[in-house]
Amino acid sequence: MDWQALLLSIKLSCVTVLVLIPFAIWAGRFLAYRQFRGKSWLEALIMVPLVLPPTVIGYYLLVGLGSQSWLGQTLEALLGQQLVFHFSGLVVASVLVNIPFAIQPIQRAFESVPEEVRDAGACCGMSPAKVLFKIELPLVWPGVLTALVLCFSHVLGEFGVVLMMGGNIAGETKTIAISIYDSVQAFDFAAAGQMSLLLLLFAITALALTTSLSRRLGGVSVSRRR
Amino acid sequence: MDLLRGFVLGCLLLLGVTPSWAAEVPAIAAASNIKFALDKIAADFTQDTGKRVRISYGSSGNFVAQLRHGAPFELFLSADDKYIYQLHKLGVTQSDGEIYAIGRLALAAPKRSPLSLDAELVGVKRLLEQGELKRFAIANPDHAPYGERAREALQHLGLWQPLQPYLIYGENVSQAAQFALSGSTDGGIVALSLAMAPQFRAASHYVALPSEWHSPMNQRMVLTPKAGETAKAFYAYLSQAKARAVFLEFGFGLPADSQGDEVADAANKPAGAH
Repeated sequence: MDWQALLLSIKLSCVTVLVLIPFAIWAGRFLAYRQFRGKSWLEALIMVPLVLPPTVIGYYLLVGLGSQSWLGQTLEALLGQQLVFHFSGLVVASVLVNIPFAIQPIQRAFESVPEEVRDAGACCGMSPAKVLFKIELPLVWPGVLTALVLCFSHVLGEFGVVLMMGGNIAGETKTIAISIYDSVQAFDFAAAGQMSLLLLLFAITALALTTSLSRRLGGVSVSRRR
Repeated sequence: MDLLRGFVLGCLLLLGVTPSWAAEVPAIAAASNIKFALDKIAADFTQDTGKRVRISYGSSGNFVAQLRHGAPFELFLSADDKYIYQLHKLGVTQSDGEIYAIGRLALAAPKRSPLSLDAELVGVKRLLEQGELKRFAIANPDHAPYGERAREALQHLGLWQPLQPYLIYGENVSQAAQFALSGSTDGGIVALSLAMAPQFRAASHYVALPSEWHSPMNQRMVLTPKAGETAKAFYAYLSQAKARAVFLEFGFGLPADSQGDEVADAANKPAGAH
């Protein structure tokens, strides 16, 4: 069992979720309530990471953020640290790859908040921020939770992107998925089996917990709408 | 919302306690075929000098791409000359480094395979003629050095064409070895260094193939401009007698200009089946 890789993956999942969820709440709400020209194009763009092979995203990040690109050089000058082959680069990659997993459930949840409820809040003289925190978020939190669990688990399993632009450096970019791949290549099937089983159990538990929590605690569930 | 808050707090705590790596432990990129030998040498190095290294194993071609785009590796041990020359031409490295070991091929098969092993591949021919051969694994000859040399060896024996429908390609030689050992193939041509590793020997047999059947596989290493003291020390350590003995132990040949010529000759003789 490669604990260092597991810890690194958990760290990556946490940072990704911390960065992504607040953004997804804003973006999901925006997409749910606003109608504008080109909305379907924007939604399509958000969904792209779902259908694009991770190696393609990894390739673009490697070439686009590498030390040979102007963007990579500019960022390196600004941050004093290059993004590729570094933990911060994995964060950027994870955030990009997980955008659809974060926004989709949250957008669906906001869409299912009845307009009258929001209007009622406004009629009572609540500020938009207060409506968000007192009315909307308590209603949409199962969607937020689903997004959080999906992103968290998905980052744990991310492989192609990390392989392309991570460099497989222990303690820095060697995540649990890469460590499993390494173990198999080194004929260490015992370690690969243990780590795979752990991830499998985690995924099942996380998904089961989300479903049961959403059901028990109510709110506007994503499934109820369908 | 309490749940969310608890989660965020937990994450922050975790971030605080995650140990960060000390800068003096250099990152090293190495071709996956030398894993078992290099792990041992690195352990010896740490014992002898008290210094540590972090080794990432992967395919040489992928490391070249990563080094081009600024990967922080301080030392690169390639499976083949070609990749080091490419890097040098691109101006990524200051020198073209030196040969640390000479790679060799082995024919390997899982223990229950119907394939009988011999250095002339008579067993493979026989199985092929009987129509009994199911699958045969080699590394991808288009970008993996061991795959390229396996193709040359098979061409030398006139087996390349007849084997076509049965070949399974590994992304690199480690994957080819894993395919060859998995039992879903009858065997394959892999790196001798992998076939000799204890993890592999538990499940399979192997026989070393004559190195005259293919162009030499000079495994070359090079320091990058990012190399610090520890990486330089490790680079020098790899040419010393103790490290060379480990390479021999894992079935590598040694460059002719080394101190251990007699041992190198002994290792280059075709070995019997194991």
